[in-house]
Amino acid sequence: MNIRKIRNDLGVHFIRIICGLLCLLFFLIFFTLIVKSSTILGDHSLIDLLFSPTWNPTKGEFGLGSVIVGTIYVTVIALIIAIPISLLSAVYLSEYAPRKIRKILRPFIDVLAGVPSVVYGLCAFLLLVPLVKDYIAPFFGIQSTGLCIFTASITLAIMVFPIIISLCVESFDAVPLALKEASLSVGATKWETIKKVVFKASAPGIFSAILLGFGRAFGETIAINMVIGGVPRIPETIFHPGQTLASLIASSYGELMSIPLYESALIFVALILFVVVLLFNLFSVLVLRRTKRKWKL
Amino acid sequence: MNLRRIEERFFFTCMIVSLLVVLSSLVIIVSLIVFNGASSLSLEMITQTPTGGYFLGGSGGILNAILGSLFLALPATGLAYLIGMCISLFLQSDFSPSWMSNSIRLFLDVLWGIPSIVYGIFCLMIMIALGFSSSLLAGICALTLLEIPIITRYIDESIKTVPIGLKESSYSLGSTKFETSIKVIQRQALPGILAGVLLGLGRGIGDAASILFTAGFSNNIPTSLFDSTAALPTMIYSLYAQPNPVVREKAYAAAFLLLIIVLIISVVSRLLTRRLTKHVLR
Repeated sequence: MNIRKIRNDLGVHFIRIICGLLCLLFFLIFFTLIVKSSTILGDHSLIDLLFSPTWNPTKGEFGLGSVIVGTIYVTVIALIIAIPISLLSAVYLSEYAPRKIRKILRPFIDVLAGVPSVVYGLCAFLLLVPLVKDYIAPFFGIQSTGLCIFTASITLAIMVFPIIISLCVESFDAVPLALKEASLSVGATKWETIKKVVFKASAPGIFSAILLGFGRAFGETIAINMVIGGVPRIPETIFHPGQTLASLIASSYGELMSIPLYESALIFVALILFVVVLLFNLFSVLVLRRTKRKWKL
Repeated sequence: MNLRRIEERFFFTCMIVSLLVVLSSLVIIVSLIVFNGASSLSLEMITQTPTGGYFLGGSGGILNAILGSLFLALPATGLAYLIGMCISLFLQSDFSPSWMSNSIRLFLDVLWGIPSIVYGIFCLMIMIALGFSSSLLAGICALTLLEIPIITRYIDESIKTVPIGLKESSYSLGSTKFETSIKVIQRQALPGILAGVLLGLGRGIGDAASILFTAGFSNNIPTSLFDSTAALPTMIYSLYAQPNPVVREKAYAAAFLLLIIVLIISVVSRLLTRRLTKHVLR
């Protein structure tokens, strides 16, 4: 009996300690990033770092403006492509598709959500880059090497498809059948039911799916690094090369340790990534809480 | 009336078109990797480490990367499982009040969203502060951090579905919290736990950004925790743009292997989940 009590105490304390360590880890990451980037923050002003467009570490210029613009371009274009396409596919899979097709396609899409990003990057490099270089960019009358913002956005959109689709299908399936039947029985067409009932009832689910897609797109490093061209300048068109925050860290890692100020600047980039993800998550928690209260779920 | 019909038809067509776009792009990706990778895969490729002049098209295979990937991802997944299990047990109502578990869940969500490159940078900084450079150990730490939020979320979800009556009957027989957690809850939630762990393994084995700095690169199979090591994703990343087609073949072979591994993990997870569900009380 006593041994069991001791074992229980030990076990419960172990679980508590591990959990405490996790919370500690969260703050540890945050503070390490802040401490390490204080070198660059002491040397340059925050405004200068965030908005000055010239990134030229060898000359001591650490403006991230152009990289931030590149990140926004890539993420926004990718989401603009990915959201409607994956929402419509999810609606088809959840509401229209016959059972057989559903049974084949859903595992397929789930598996693809797990395909590593390097593989997407490699495929984009093999197929999309030449395609953009030889056909798509000349079609718009622009000379391009194929390594550009546009290619990176398409790659990201394709990477995000499976994630948004499988989460959306899940939340569409969770909509109570009675709600749909009520809408259909008063004469709404199937699409009207989807538009006015299913979308509304699963809005929190759709929202968090999109947010997860955003997180993936925003933080994706390797696949983007392979196809974006890696030029930290504000791109003139989407067929010009650019750079994103995460990809900037990856492409500079060889030189990371050489100059303290340079290292600190890259860690500052990591800090930006961390803070943006944190803010978006807090925002989403607030929104979800609000919708839940509104609909008294 | 007619307008509504037209709208319905229009959006239905849009759905079909977008589904076709999604499916064709995904099928193209898989077939591209299989087509390119299978032709460049040979027995030599998977049983030998690279020899000198490898990047110039020398002979040798990618055994160092295959083993490196396994040495990195398996321990990381084990650690992440242990930590994730503890955290998700703690998140239950009999361990912590709801405000605490809600804030821990928020932390986990934020950690999930953090780009893996940030974990890489963080682990590298810690390692340098401790006096090590890029090593197998640092890579394992980075991957563990990456996998913890994923695995914990899945375990948490599956533990949440354990019926309260089961817990209560275990408590009423006089078993302690710890015994109930390990022997009753863990067993009941096993399919979900396993699915989560395998998902974490799949993410860990395929992630390049977190191990890019931390694990480094090496042509040899690592013999201790402090050796730097190659892995399949970093192999692909360092070889894909080489001008020499013989060298690029190796990137394709690595991508093919990686895809196969991820597929196997996913299929195994499905099969195991189905098989284990048989022993779960409903």
